[in-house]
Amino acid sequence: MLEIQGVSKTFHAGTVNEVRSLRDVNLSIDDGSFVVVIGTNGSGKSTLLNAVAGTFFVDTGVIRLGETDLTSWPEHRRAALIGRVFQNPFSGTAPNLTVAENLALAERRGLRRGIGRLLPGGARERIQAGIKELGMGLEGRLDNAIGSLSGGQRQALTLLMATTLRPQLLLLDEHTAALDPRSADQIVRITDRIIARDGLTAMMVTHSMQQAVTYGDRLVMMHRGQVVLDLRGAEKRRLRPEDLLQRFEELRRSDLVDPAVADMLRRRYV
Amino acid sequence: MSLLLGALGIGSVLALLALGIFVSFRIFAFPDMTAEGSVTLGAAVAVAMLVGGHDPVTATVAATVAGALAGALTGVLHTRFRLNGLLAGILVMTALYSINLHIMGRSNLPLGDAPGFARWIGNISARFADADGSVELFGRAASALDLFMFVFAALFAGLVCGLLHLFFHTEIGAAMRATGDNPQMIRALGSNDGFLITAGLALSNALVALAGALLAQYQGFADLQMGIGMLVWGLASVIIGESLTGSNKFGYLLIGAILGSVLFRLLVAVALRWGLDPADLKLVTALFVLIALVAPGYVGKLRARLAGGAAHA
Repeated sequence: MLEIQGVSKTFHAGTVNEVRSLRDVNLSIDDGSFVVVIGTNGSGKSTLLNAVAGTFFVDTGVIRLGETDLTSWPEHRRAALIGRVFQNPFSGTAPNLTVAENLALAERRGLRRGIGRLLPGGARERIQAGIKELGMGLEGRLDNAIGSLSGGQRQALTLLMATTLRPQLLLLDEHTAALDPRSADQIVRITDRIIARDGLTAMMVTHSMQQAVTYGDRLVMMHRGQVVLDLRGAEKRRLRPEDLLQRFEELRRSDLVDPAVADMLRRRYV
Repeated sequence: MSLLLGALGIGSVLALLALGIFVSFRIFAFPDMTAEGSVTLGAAVAVAMLVGGHDPVTATVAATVAGALAGALTGVLHTRFRLNGLLAGILVMTALYSINLHIMGRSNLPLGDAPGFARWIGNISARFADADGSVELFGRAASALDLFMFVFAALFAGLVCGLLHLFFHTEIGAAMRATGDNPQMIRALGSNDGFLITAGLALSNALVALAGALLAQYQGFADLQMGIGMLVWGLASVIIGESLTGSNKFGYLLIGAILGSVLFRLLVAVALRWGLDPADLKLVTALFVLIALVAPGYVGKLRARLAGGAAHA
């Protein structure tokens, strides 16, 4: 279970560029839950994922995964528990290493790396079998530099790398946003299949309303660094893209009004 | 013939330097100025210890370790204290200048009668040589010492190359290559990229210092100035090697660095024979590296423009 308690983060504090990206966010996610995170640009949804992944340390609050308090752990240490796929297909793989080498490195995520051979006997067959399960026809390209593959292919392999050792939490940060529609659809399907097969706990940030309503068992909407909507169960299943668009429209309209005025109006009329 | 063999010998010794630069510059994409100090550091430690009565193996190993420490220091400055990589290298290089002077006690320290590897090789070559110290090679007389120097240096460079190839295909070695490629990825896979960069720079400078230690034993002295321009020299070797092998495969790149070093030394020897002023050597080397780095882009553009022009016509 992931627990995010009272987490705040301000970037460039005390300067004109000050951005309060996360404001006292509280969220707890049950094991095996697949949470879709949506929100407007700059709403803090990616920042929330990065706070969990440890890209930066939060200003206040606690982040706990299972029994472990991760708040003060550096990024690479948290990676022992957390698998990640990034928005940029180039971020998750080492381009000059071969497909097999990239996956072999992922097979030791969070483990000690010694002076044993990276690809001992049998490793190639195991890796090949994993790649074959993706169903993208990449099993014959084990010895190609991964940089020679397309964005969609690299993203599929990154997904495999993030889940080849079962992570306690899988973080997907708009991992289909940079792909063409067909590849995006293919990757999100594979994602859903792997999450279901392994019973993973996952958070997926997306811009696609279609993905948001189709996938996951819970939906969280963020706005101005806070969670403004949290739907699960039957409510999540009934959700249609139009409902979400309407929510976004409401948020946009309330943004037109000064927050202090909005608060006053709410107290007087609601 | 002796010009040729001499160039091949020094080229093979400096191949270790090229391998060191390959590790920092190509694997980690880190322009590591520390190398200029580590060459001298390796030479200074080796010669000072040999003069002090230690045996060549101990002296050379100590020189290599000293280089590793210098590289690790640059790595710590860069990864822990977030200094720009170039600046971290320059700081350590500058500090090493004083340290090297302290180790040597003066700006030029000759090996004198102290035994170095060169003496061992000299003893071996004497057994095969004629009375005047020459052997017959392809029908011509050649210095036996130069010949054996080259053979041993080339074998050693080949051995180091093989070990590096093995190392960079281990779990930790591959993680280092991945770090140079994409540090974000290796962090997401649970490894400390700062540590891997530091270890990589230590390895790189260990090789560079080893090259310095062997070079000093080869030429019979350590000199405070011997490191100047060595980074660019190593880069030139690496670049020549890449175009020689024309492959992106890791093993070929390693072999390319060795061949590039030998060929570059050979070119320099020929150019000097043809009347190149030794004072201009570093200028020419720098120009060469500049052209080698810049030209491929311009050639591509030119080709595209020519092709475009042809299409318009």
